[in-house]
Order: sequence, then structure tokens, then C-alpha cells
Amino acid sequence: MSESEKLHIFVLYVENQPGVLNRVASLFRRRAYNIESLAVGHTERPGISRMTIVAGISEGAAQRVEANLYKLVNVLSVEDVTHISTIARSVALIKVEAPEESRHRLMEIARVFRARVVDLAPNSMIIEITGTEEKIRALEDLLHPFGILEMVRTGQVVMTRGVKRARARQGETLSTDPGDSDVSHSV
Amino acid sequence: MRCRSPEVYKRERELRNVLKTGAEIIWECLERQGVKVVFGYPGGAILPTYDAMTRYSVHHVLVRHEQGGTHMADGFARAGGGVGVAIATSGPGATNMVTGIATAMLDSSPIVCITGQVGSKLIGSDAFQETDITGITLPITKHNYLVTRAQDIAPSLREAFHIAASGRPGPVLVDITKDAQNSTCEFDWDAAAPKVRRMEPVHFPKPDALEKALALINEAQRPVILAGHGIILSGAMQEAMKFAEKASIPVAETLLGLGGFPASHPLSLGMMGMHGEAWVNTAIQESDLLLAFGMRFDDRVTGNLKTYAPTAKKIHIEIDPAEINKNVRVDIPLIGDLREILQHLIPGVKQTDRGAWLAYIDSLKTDSAVRDIQNLPDSGHLYAAHVIHDLWRATHGDAVVVTDVGQHQMWEAQYYHHEKPRTLITSGGLGTMGFALPAAIGAKFARPDAEVWVVAGDGGFQMTMPELATIVQEKIAIKIAIINNGYLGMVRQWQQFFYDGRYASTPIISPDFAKLAEAFGIQGMSVRTRAEVGPALEAARNNPGPALIDFHVEQEDSVYPMVPAGADLHNMIRRPNPLVEKGSDV
Repeated sequence: MSESEKLHIFVLYVENQPGVLNRVASLFRRRAYNIESLAVGHTERPGISRMTIVAGISEGAAQRVEANLYKLVNVLSVEDVTHISTIARSVALIKVEAPEESRHRLMEIARVFRARVVDLAPNSMIIEITGTEEKIRALEDLLHPFGILEMVRTGQVVMTRGVKRARARQGETLSTDPGDSDVSHSV
Repeated sequence: MRCRSPEVYKRERELRNVLKTGAEIIWECLERQGVKVVFGYPGGAILPTYDAMTRYSVHHVLVRHEQGGTHMADGFARAGGGVGVAIATSGPGATNMVTGIATAMLDSSPIVCITGQVGSKLIGSDAFQETDITGITLPITKHNYLVTRAQDIAPSLREAFHIAASGRPGPVLVDITKDAQNSTCEFDWDAAAPKVRRMEPVHFPKPDALEKALALINEAQRPVILAGHGIILSGAMQEAMKFAEKASIPVAETLLGLGGFPASHPLSLGMMGMHGEAWVNTAIQESDLLLAFGMRFDDRVTGNLKTYAPTAKKIHIEIDPAEINKNVRVDIPLIGDLREILQHLIPGVKQTDRGAWLAYIDSLKTDSAVRDIQNLPDSGHLYAAHVIHDLWRATHGDAVVVTDVGQHQMWEAQYYHHEKPRTLITSGGLGTMGFALPAAIGAKFARPDAEVWVVAGDGGFQMTMPELATIVQEKIAIKIAIINNGYLGMVRQWQQFFYDGRYASTPIISPDFAKLAEAFGIQGMSVRTRAEVGPALEAARNNPGPALIDFHVEQEDSVYPMVPAGADLHNMIRRPNPLVEKGSDV
């Protein structure tokens, strides 16, 4: 990423059909933008999937990507939520070397991070953590000296705070009071 | 060969069950979409569809290459305003369409391409003539479909026609597997109506944006309208003229905008951009307000973006939101249909006297006039500009002219004055050589009563000239003017200006085009002097069938003025002024 570029987060509602991911990804590929993370899954409505795409691009490019994504027939809505108050989470599974002498310290670290030990073997354990990118990175840094054997991450999933939800369809937006009183903060 | 008349078959079809094969459904849909003619080429994976074709009323034009088929569909759409249809088989048939599809995409031309695909069970197995055409055409279509079941054909085709023609038009490809064509299902036209899967993005600017735009327009001292293809696509010719006349604002056209505003209108400046007249580009650079009507600030129009119209505010009226601020930052974007927006703006536009501004632009024309090749003393040589000028005069500016790409294309734009929309058909965005001849065939089918002229260079013409046989087979009267200078002229011009005159691979040998035409059964003529131009044009026009004239023109003439790629719009290379400058070009 160059200086003018920053991480932009796009939330898309798309038709759950073959080839849609390709069409969306192709828009980024054509312009040589790298997708940092991508998460796709079903939504509360059948036949409609939700994508969260994180890409490092400039502000102008983000506007154009948004407009071009919306031109795709299978894309029902697009929103750049970069500048909106959101909850962002991803999940990581980290397999770390855990001989008996360091097991205790590892479990202590996991507790502080509210991570869970989901597998324990004679010489290794798998820690599952859910959280923001920063939190996961911090845990990763702490585990590094113990010897990380393997790590897998999901893409980020993002949801806007408060009553407002990402536009399901244009014109279907629910109440969007910018000064929403029910805005909560990370715990 | 038809064994029975279509009427008999029609009755038989009605008596039969509503069960139809996928192949029949394709033709049912085309008929009901109002399609009268398709341009195609048969092959293995589309054979079931061709077999069913004989029982339907749609006329099939056998092309000589699938690229030609897509250009014909494109020319058909541009000349007539409808949707053009091209058909091809899988594999090479489909990949041959790619250039034509990209051409239509870049110029927002509505076409539907139907390709056969190998059986659905064979997809992904590298079967004979299998290619992933939906994957290949993904970035060059508005949308595409891979259809593997007969019941999906009608909904996909109906939606394809809707998508191709709506909003900003463009190409749609429908790839249909052989088993989908062969299997049967119930055909229900009504149930296959395009579903509104999302709220159609029908944009219209907010009232305060319109108010702000009006304030800028009414305050402007030196405004210029930039008239693009959008005027023609949205049918806003009347509105644009009303707007320009009421506010006394001069109108500059893009290449694809030519004909959207009558060239003879006192407010018409002519074409802008790389080969626009000097006064047009100067007016744009010195303006204080640019009104972009359905155009996209292409790099061939703006030159260096950093120095483009530095003192001008910009209002951009455009149907495609993705075009806003893409190349040029605008002050007020008005997103929506140009015609509707102009209708809303016109009542608020004040009648303003802009006589000084118009007189200033007029004064710029004198310098250009002395440099004009038309005004230079007759050297005994034949110049392309002369040919185009004489063609314009001979056809009273009424012909549908379909050009190829290169020098002749720019000379056509400069010397053929288009008064009506859809009378210039040219590949602007993609710059596809070989476009002219096939696109003209499509145009002739869309407007059989119009006089259709191909203007092509000797290079581009050789790319698609087998379509001469299509003309003969279809018995259509297309007239062809080849501007033959023995070079790939535009590239030669760039080599002359920017590569020290090293003519790498630009000299090109051509066959005797007149004789070649005769071999196809088309009247062929060769012209080498100005005196022969008029009689040859008359002979071609008086021939009820097709005719070809090979104009041997000055070999190393260049298109002037020229803004080098990426240079400031006001820094033009001009044709040397014979009164002040001496020596050769530049």
C-alpha cells in the first residue's frame, strides 16, 4: 500500500449463485488492487449472501470500486463502511508448540485474551481467538516466542453498530440517526 | 431450404403441446423480442439451434467470421437504436466474438451474443471446442450467463435483452449448453419476465443539485457544452439543442457525439480532443464552465488531465455513476437520464447574451482556415480530405457513414458534417480496425432505406474484407470507399512525429481492391485524381447494388491538428501554415 492508500471495508449483498465471487473479485484484479481479506456467507434471507471485503486502496479508488461493484447485476447492494462505526471480527486458530513446561503460561495468555484452548496434544495446543485484527495480532506476537506451528485466519466480518444495518437493498435502509444513542463500545 | 412455409409451421407449433426444446425456446424468445435479423455462424455446439431456426421467421445472416457477426450486431444497434443479436458456436466461434464484444462494451452498444456450449456434463473436461467463454468475456460484457438447463433459457434471454438496452447500454452474452438446447421443457413467456431482483438504480438528481447547476450555468461567461454519445443514446437531441439555443452556449462534440447536434448549427463547434479543430480545444481550455452531456472525459478528449480546462467549473450529466470523477473531478454531478435532466433544467436556464464569447471563438477559426488542406493550392495530389469532402457533398450529408479506425476515421469526423444522430458509426473507445465493413452490413439491415457508406483504410479493410461475400450473399447495396495510402497511416503518423520517422512495419501492400471487388461480384473502381472522385462517387451511388472505390491518396499526409497522447489539450501540432511557415509537416 502506498501512502494515499488505506484499508477500505466493503459490505456487499449478492445473489448466492455460481460465478458471483469471480465477478466481484475480478473488479479488484483488473485494477491490480490486492484483497487483504474476504468473508462470504449466507444471510438471514435465503438466496442472498453477504461479503465483507477488505482492500488497501485510495479514497478515490474506493469510490470507483463501490460504483463499479454496484453495476454488477448479481450485486444487490454495496456499502463502503470504512468511515462508519462498526464491529469487526475475525477468527484465528493458532497451533503453538506446548511442551509441559510452557503449557501453563500459554493458558494464562489465552485467558487474558479471552481465547480458548480447543485442542491439547502432548507437545502442542490449538488456541482459538475471536476478535479484531489488532487483538489477534497482539496474541500472535505473544505466542511467537513459544513457536507457532500453524495458523489459520478467517476474513473479517463487519457489522455497523446500532439500529442501522448495511443496506440490504437500496431504499430499504432502516433508521439511521448519526447520533444514535445506542452506540456501544468494544468490551 | 425450407420445406414448408413458416405459416404452416406456426400453426403446427400452436397445435402442439407447449413443450418445446431449448433450441425452439431460443427462437421463440428472439421472435417475441421483436428480433427480425441475427448475424451468426453455425457449428457443432449450436447445431440444435440452427436446426430449429428454419421453422421461425427470424432472418439469419451468414457471416464470414464471428468477429464480423458481433460488429454487424453492433452496427445494427447503433444505426437503428434496437438490440443487435449475434450467434456463434462454442470454442473458436465464441472466442472470435471477443473483439466485437469489447468494441460494443467500450462504446455502450446494446448487443446480445448467443453462443453454443458443449454439453453440461463435458464442461471443464477440455472437450472438443470447449472454452470458458463466460469467464473470458466477464470483464467485457455488462453481464453474461452460462445456461445449462432448457427452463433457464427464456428467463436468461429476456433478462439479457433487458440488461443490454437499459441504463447505459452494453453487450450481454448468453452461453447455452448443447443439452440445454436439446432437452424440452414447458415454455412460458410471461413467467420468464425479467425479475426485479434489486431496486433498479433509476437515478435522478436532487432538486438542490439542479438549482446549483442552474446557478453555475446562468452565471457562466464562457461556457461550453461537451456533447457525447449519451445525447444519442438517450434521444436528447431536441433537448440539447433547446438548451444550447436558449443559453447561447457553443457545443463541442466527442467522436461518438457527432450527429447528436447538427454540424451546420451556428452553435456547433465540431469535434474536440486529440484531432479536434484548434478553436474547439482552445475554447474548452479557456472556458469557465464545462457542461458534459453524456460523455466520459476519455483520455483522447482531455489530453493531460492536470492542465485540462483549468479555469472551468464542471457539470457532469451522466447515467453511469461509475463515470463521475473517474478522470476529471467535477463540481456538480447530475446522475440520471440526460434527456430527463435537460427537460428539468431548460425552464431554469436564463436567456443570456454570450456574443463576445462566441465572437472570440469565431475569431480563432481564421487561423485554422488558412491551414486547412481544402484551402491549399491544388498540388495535383489527391488528399483524403478531398475525398471525404466530395463524399459529403455527393450524399448531401445524408448517408450513414461507417468508418474503420485510423487517419481516415479522423478525416471523416473532420470533413463529413453530420446533421442527424446515428449517421456516423465508428469504433471510438476500443478503436477496432476491421470494424467498418461488418458494422455497415448491420447498419444496412437496421436502415435498409438509408445510403450506407463504408469509409475504411487499406489496412483495416483487409482485416475483415471476407465480409464482402456476406454483402453479395445477402444482396445488400453497401458502398465502400477505401482511403488507400499504402501505409498503416495513423501509426505511420505517430512514427513520423514521435519515433523520428522510422516506419517500422507500417508500409502495407494491398491487393487491387477494385479487381478484388469484381472477384466477389461487386463493382470496383480505382481513383487517383481529384477529377475522378465525383464521377466515381456518382457511379457507385447510381449502382443499385454494392460498389467499391479504391481511392489512392497522398501517402504521407497526416491528420491535423494533433494533441500528442498525454499532452496539454492546447498544445497542438498544427498543419504548417503555408503563408508563414515553409518546409514539410511539423
